[in-house]
Amino acid sequence: MGNFELIEMKVPAKAEYVGVVRLSLSGIANRMGFSYEDIEDLKIALSEAITNAVTHAYEEEENSGIAIAFGIYEDRLEIMVADHGGSFDLDEIKNNTGPYKENDSIETVREGGFGLFLINALMDEVQINNNDGVIVLMTKYLNETEVDLDADEISTTK
Amino acid sequence: MDLSIEVVENDEKNSIKLSGEIDAYTAPKLKETLLPLTKLEKVNTIEVDFTNVNYMDSTGLGVFVSALKSSNEHGNEFKLVNLNDRIYRIFKITGLIDIMDIQRVTKGGEV
Repeated sequence: MGNFELIEMKVPAKAEYVGVVRLSLSGIANRMGFSYEDIEDLKIALSEAITNAVTHAYEEEENSGIAIAFGIYEDRLEIMVADHGGSFDLDEIKNNTGPYKENDSIETVREGGFGLFLINALMDEVQINNNDGVIVLMTKYLNETEVDLDADEISTTK
Repeated sequence: MDLSIEVVENDEKNSIKLSGEIDAYTAPKLKETLLPLTKLEKVNTIEVDFTNVNYMDSTGLGVFVSALKSSNEHGNEFKLVNLNDRIYRIFKITGLIDIMDIQRVTKGGEV
């Protein structure tokens, strides 16, 4: 809970807008004080969610766009990505994602399916709601102790 | 927010130099350029140079997995070189470093 600020965007469900949203996210995360590494993780996770929504939208007759919301909290960034297409089979998706395993042969390695896996690996919390369209809610926390340490160093040395 | 693809052809090695971002928008163009090169019979090595790639997500992984499979089928060697730490990490998390020939950027490479 607590106070937060909200930024909302809506983009057409087309691949060319993934980069536009990524740039916006860079600006928001940078302003919040996320590290370079965390911003890169956020960019990938958000792009994966939007790419999923774009792919999904192509399979639907009507394309109503993708809604993205950034919830800016003092200690974290929450990102929501929603498409308004029909729902899909989450179990099937979960079974088809995950890292390559060492005993898999090259022939059986999937060419897709890393998207959801990467979102889970790169974000602190991920929730997927699949009732009316697909909504991905993901959270990354600011590492405040790191910031405090840096601030201390600046004030005490030289 | 685009990807430029430069192909340098030699007798034994085809180098593909990428600059920019690999995502859902640019990956199809990359696949279109890369896959035919993996099917050539006179070449031995296909080397993709990541020096100027500053972003890649799972759409890129898909393209490189396809290219690896196709290279193997046609008796070619497929290599990725000069990956920065961030991009290398994506191959590592997904376990793909175990099946692909991947070289990170050499010392002193700034991201």
